Amino acid sequence: MNGWEIIRGLGVTLGHFFDTYLEDIRWKGKRYRTKEGIEGRRNASVRGAFTIQYPEEKLPVWEEFRYLPFLVYDISAEGEREIRCTACGICSKVCPPQCIWITRKKDPETGRPITKPEVFAIDVDICMNCGFCAEFCPFDAIKMDHEYEIASRSRDGNIYQLEKLLKSKDYYHSIRPNNSSREEKEKLEKEAEKLKKSESTV
Amino acid sequence: MSEQTTAATDPLIADYEGKIQRDNRTGFDGYVVPVELLISFVNRLKNERGYDYLSSITSVDYEQDGYFEVVYHLYRILGGESMTLKVRTGRETPQVPSLYHIFPGADLQEREVWDLMGIKFEGHPDLRRVLLWEGFYGHPLQKDWKEPYFEEEIKPFKSRWPEGEPSYAEDKNPFADNVQYPADFDPTKWRESSESRLYSSLQQAGASILESDESDKIIINLGPQHPSTHGVFRMVANIEGERIVGLKPAFGYLHRNHEKIGERNTFIQNIPFTDRLDYICSMSNNLGYVQAVEMLMGLQPPERAEYIRVIMAELTRVINHVFWIGFLLNDLGAFFTPSLYALEERELILDVFEEVSGSRMMCNYMRFGGVVRDISPEVLEKIRILVNDRLPRKLEDFERYLTNSEIIRARCEGIGILTQEEAIAYSASGPVLRASGVPYDIRRAEPYSIYDRFDFNVAYATHGDVYDRYLVRVQEVKESIKILKQAINDIPEGPYLAGKSQYQVRVPAGEAYGRIESPKGELGFYIVSNGKPNPWRYHVRAPSFINLTGLEKMCLGEKVADVVVILGSIDIVLGEVDR
Ligand code: SF4
Ligand code: SF4
Repeated sequence: MNGWEIIRGLGVTLGHFFDTYLEDIRWKGKRYRTKEGIEGRRNASVRGAFTIQYPEEKLPVWEEFRYLPFLVYDISAEGEREIRCTACGICSKVCPPQCIWITRKKDPETGRPITKPEVFAIDVDICMNCGFCAEFCPFDAIKMDHEYEIASRSRDGNIYQLEKLLKSKDYYHSIRPNNSSREEKEKLEKEAEKLKKSESTV
Repeated sequence: MSEQTTAATDPLIADYEGKIQRDNRTGFDGYVVPVELLISFVNRLKNERGYDYLSSITSVDYEQDGYFEVVYHLYRILGGESMTLKVRTGRETPQVPSLYHIFPGADLQEREVWDLMGIKFEGHPDLRRVLLWEGFYGHPLQKDWKEPYFEEEIKPFKSRWPEGEPSYAEDKNPFADNVQYPADFDPTKWRESSESRLYSSLQQAGASILESDESDKIIINLGPQHPSTHGVFRMVANIEGERIVGLKPAFGYLHRNHEKIGERNTFIQNIPFTDRLDYICSMSNNLGYVQAVEMLMGLQPPERAEYIRVIMAELTRVINHVFWIGFLLNDLGAFFTPSLYALEERELILDVFEEVSGSRMMCNYMRFGGVVRDISPEVLEKIRILVNDRLPRKLEDFERYLTNSEIIRARCEGIGILTQEEAIAYSASGPVLRASGVPYDIRRAEPYSIYDRFDFNVAYATHGDVYDRYLVRVQEVKESIKILKQAINDIPEGPYLAGKSQYQVRVPAGEAYGRIESPKGELGFYIVSNGKPNPWRYHVRAPSFINLTGLEKMCLGEKVADVVVILGSIDIVLGEVDR
């Protein structure tokens, strides 16, 4: 025991310290707050400082990243908002902490249920971000959002209502391009198949 | 499961003249032992048949049949299948003999069964509640026990659809009819008793290890709020000078009754809940659970899915052990700088997890019959770079800096010793068991998934001290990298899920005990299904919880400062200990 180990340990930190500056010089000032710089620091060959300086810098999230669910709407030819959700209730049944509440719309005259939601509420305090709702929705109506900065000053409003949950199809495409393209393709294929079938039966 | 054709004609069982019967309900296995024969039968199994390792004790409430069943899973440390024993006891005054004196590893597990199910273990020296507090009324795993805010027996709750009306849970009155308390309960007279029982149990157990009686013994609390306890965990130590003469862990601060929640959930809803057990290793937890349910369903995942699962499970092991090495240094006093270096490796692997599963820690990635989505060639390439270049390089760095470091050797060698016999007796598992000279690894002893295809060694060491636990983990990371390399080379193309993922799975009636070698030890899931959409019983054999049974033994005679390191060397995660 002659303290050599302590010096060696400090040496590790010192090496790290200098590596950081050498890297900074190598990157010619582009290491921080640039896209490449951030990518360069989450890479297997990184040297020196590894951290991302949140909130000035933000890590880009992967396509599959999930946080809270949202509902997708299409825009119809007439420019109307068309909610995809049919209030089938599958998401509320599969949700593990049971934080989705859905009320089916009723026809004001006949009182018969319509396949649209009247109330669609998600208690985001309870949501465990599991993604089951998006996974099992048969209509691609509910998807997981990328937005993660949702701190608020009060709990009121943490039960997200329909209006707050609705986001456009374009937004969905912008955060999950591969998924949405794949789903669109599948939809078109299915429709084409249906058409073929109906033609062949005629 | 233990389909033992030879055991059916075993003369040992014939000796009991038909009093020990096979459990012949369909889908069930093992033997039903009368209460009075349990001790003698277990003794003979241990001595004459070599079942020397008590893996798990749990219990099931068969409310409709009017009895509790205590279920024991015994193994041979040399490998092989389980011997499952069941003991039935009436629901009125449930009582079975304690196995504490045959297997000290029964200690915490029996206390857990008493705590949550209310079955008394006759002969247990310290039968206190373990996860709940002493003043708690009732035993929550009994089927007729209802919690505050009780809404409905099982999920999905009817109120959610089609007439949903959201409300905050806090707005409901917690003191309405659904809170149970004893009829004669008077809050003004009630006195807290758990602390005094804890202290008195400590004084009884703490035999003086010093010859002279000159110094006084005092009891000190380490934790629950203490940076060294890796969470909210408390050790109550009886010390004589600087030395530990008795030590009791006290925990449950993070208890949420995972098992009760699990029994209310449908089968698939449990998968994301398992993520929250050992939150460092969510992929392994997923794997353990889906495997147990697959056993019941008789489902075989496709090849590619098996490979993906192995890759994820081994990456998890790397994360866990590297993380642990960092935190060992933390416990040794090198506060946070080394552990942050260790976190770098973890970050890179978590990036992979996030890319495939959508979340860094709460992966929720596995499904019954496969995984939720395929991994892309880019991800595979990323993993390839990690295992071929980055991880071996960094591991070498760690070894160069640490393995022969004077400070580490001085602080870790000969500290916290658990001998081979003790490790087996205390039902230790994982690196703790292997560091004590028992090369027992479920991936080899009872291979699951496709582990029998890979070439790897079981890392073990012989001294059973903290330093050997370190060595075993370093070695295990190397072996994991070896497995990963093979898996990445051999991974076939093909489907990643058997059939279509369904939100309501049909699980036939029966029981299954699925266990895997999680990074922390033997992670077991005991599931009883009655053919309904929700499991009838869902039990988790949490490795870090059971590894704590040996904590007192490891600490006796050590200095207070070393207790922190010893606790760290077991590698506990409170999400799993407290459940
Ligand atoms: S979001 Fe999807 S699953 Fe949920 S009710 Fe609407 S259509 Fe059904
Ligand atoms: S992400 Fe999971 S917890 Fe959240 S609303 Fe969807 S199903 Fe429920």
